[in-house]
Amino acid sequence: MKKLQIISAAAAVMALGVTAASAGTLQDVQARGELRCIVSTGLAGFAYTDSAGVYQGFDADFCRATAAAVLGDASKVKFVPATGKTRFTILNSGEGDVLWRNTTWTFVRDVDVKLTFVGVNYYDGQGFMAPKSLGVKSAKDLDGATVCIQTGTTTELNLADFFRSNKISYEPVPIETNDESRTNYLAGRCDVYTTDASGLAATRSTFPNPKDHVILPEIISKEPLGPVVRHGDDQWGDVIRWVLNATRGAEELGVTQANVAEMAKGTNNPEINRMLGTEGDLGAMLGLQKDWGQKVIGAVGNYSEIFERHIGKDTDIGLDRGLNALWTDGGIQYSPPFR
Amino acid sequence: MNTTTADSDVAKQLALSKIWNNREARSVILQILTMAILIGFFAFIITNAISNLAAVGKTFSYDFLSQPASYDINQSLIAYTSRDTHFKAGLVGLINTGLVAISGIVLATILGFLLGVLRLSPNYLLNRISYCFIEFTRNVPILLHILLIHGIIVHSLPRPKLASVEWNLADLFYLSNRGVFTPRPIPDDLLWISGVALALGIGFTIWFRKYAKRIQDSTGKIYPVFLISIAAIIGLPVLVFFVTGSPVTWDIPEFKRFNFQGGMVLLPEFMALWLALSLYTAAFIAEIVRAGILSVSHGQWEAACALGIRRARILNLVIIPQALRVIIPPLTSQYLNLTKNSSLAIAIGYMDIVATIGGISLMQTGKEMETMIIVIAIYLSISLLISMFMNWYNTRIKLVER
Repeated sequence: MKKLQIISAAAAVMALGVTAASAGTLQDVQARGELRCIVSTGLAGFAYTDSAGVYQGFDADFCRATAAAVLGDASKVKFVPATGKTRFTILNSGEGDVLWRNTTWTFVRDVDVKLTFVGVNYYDGQGFMAPKSLGVKSAKDLDGATVCIQTGTTTELNLADFFRSNKISYEPVPIETNDESRTNYLAGRCDVYTTDASGLAATRSTFPNPKDHVILPEIISKEPLGPVVRHGDDQWGDVIRWVLNATRGAEELGVTQANVAEMAKGTNNPEINRMLGTEGDLGAMLGLQKDWGQKVIGAVGNYSEIFERHIGKDTDIGLDRGLNALWTDGGIQYSPPFR
Repeated sequence: MNTTTADSDVAKQLALSKIWNNREARSVILQILTMAILIGFFAFIITNAISNLAAVGKTFSYDFLSQPASYDINQSLIAYTSRDTHFKAGLVGLINTGLVAISGIVLATILGFLLGVLRLSPNYLLNRISYCFIEFTRNVPILLHILLIHGIIVHSLPRPKLASVEWNLADLFYLSNRGVFTPRPIPDDLLWISGVALALGIGFTIWFRKYAKRIQDSTGKIYPVFLISIAAIIGLPVLVFFVTGSPVTWDIPEFKRFNFQGGMVLLPEFMALWLALSLYTAAFIAEIVRAGILSVSHGQWEAACALGIRRARILNLVIIPQALRVIIPPLTSQYLNLTKNSSLAIAIGYMDIVATIGGISLMQTGKEMETMIIVIAIYLSISLLISMFMNWYNTRIKLVER
């Protein structure tokens, strides 16, 4: 119902022409003094509300980083929660400025849905989780199983393709949000829950007995998750892309939340100086303040710090860096040069 | 010179105020104005939508309907795989909407009439039970009913493994939190004979009712029409079915590793939606039925009694036909409500038209406008069809004045 209302509201908004797409999102956000950032309705580790009702998590921090760069204040974010189904409508209708919501970059979304993906902040893949008691060793053993999925996501399509190509049958149970999926899975409405592997780990960490559930070895898809902006607003796309690159660049160059103030006074490394705005004029080229890079790292830290704080080894979710390590550490997270 | 212009100005004003003071002319002017504003408003909305779509570079096209849908649907009455088109997926959704709407209307009508009659019962206990049920049901939002029933099914019924042992009726029927599993009939060759018998039974009943009425009109003799009709429509085909050696094999559900396989299943989502819609609407129908019966004045009873008609016949021939005239129009509106409320299926993941074309297809193709227009057009058509049928029925039963 909620979703229906949102869709129709979004459609109405589109029809009435409140869309801000044409005006230049950067100017809009700066004039408004607030960034409207679209996030998940609730996914542990990535975007969830803490006990004080404040959005926390990996994606939420990228929202804060964006606000820090654009407005100079990481707290000037209005989080706009969206389900898998409503997110693009909300973005395209101008109700949100940017989507940091574990969204998979696909051809159709990029080209036909008229979105622009500006990077990948988490390389993921779709996996399966099942109760240990079921004794399932591989996803190929799942013939006849009932599978909970979040509807409106790429996982729904991957799932259909996987079972079809392996010639095994299943019953899909389409569910709107991750929280409802969790409830249905725990109640035994389905045998298996499938979503991005990071989401599985995050969801499992919220179970009463996480150890009773296994994540099956198969990863059945590529899920590059990244920020999305409306198609055709290249300046705004550049801002988001370089906010993401700043966090990765900072990790590579050894800039952290703790030492950024020190480094901003000037270092021997010109690239650090350019990134933090002590040298050159990269900020003005983006239409931002000179010290935007400094603000980003000062607010949320570098990529590694954001990762470890919310989803890394020492958190309940306990994800490895894996593909998301820097290219220098065997991963594929890589920032183009600040030059 | 000056005075003449002033005079003609005054004359013009007078003429205008004359037009304005003319009631008919004023109403025409106001209507034209209203129409102009309305048309302007819609023209604005439509051109705005088109230009905004163009601004984000989106085209308006229904080509996606012939592309493969690529997603699976857990409840489909027609053959469907993920390789079928979005159009077919929408069709599956439409059939699911129709299924839940029709089963809902049937159950809500039966329950509603029952509750409405009970509500008037002189038996205190029955009366109060019905009263409490109606007040509880119709004063809680339907979305909560749907979620509540779905929650009860999913959380309190046993999982399939346990259900296969404990909630098992003769190894044929199982009740679990994955749904109700029953044997599925597979027709054999000779089944057509039973079908013919059914058709014969229906044909005979139609003829017999006319015949019985003619006899009653001319001689006053009354046949037990209802019992004979039942015997012809149900008894005859059943008899033929067994005589031809029960030409049906049964596909019996059996517990496999994860779930029951084979047989038929009523999914929890369908049951929750169906029961919630039926119970909720039944509560409203009960009140409509009660109002209908109470609207027939007591004098009608007394007059019929005075003529010496039996109680059951008074109800059939005097009270119900008059009550129906009061009942049918608001009943139509309840049927429409039920059908439209079925779009709440989305809350629990029942794959109706909103969840398929208006949900997953929308998401996978990004065609918000196009898919929403389809869904709106479909609901509009279904509702208008129901309206048409009920209006026809209403005309049929309305008071025939001589």
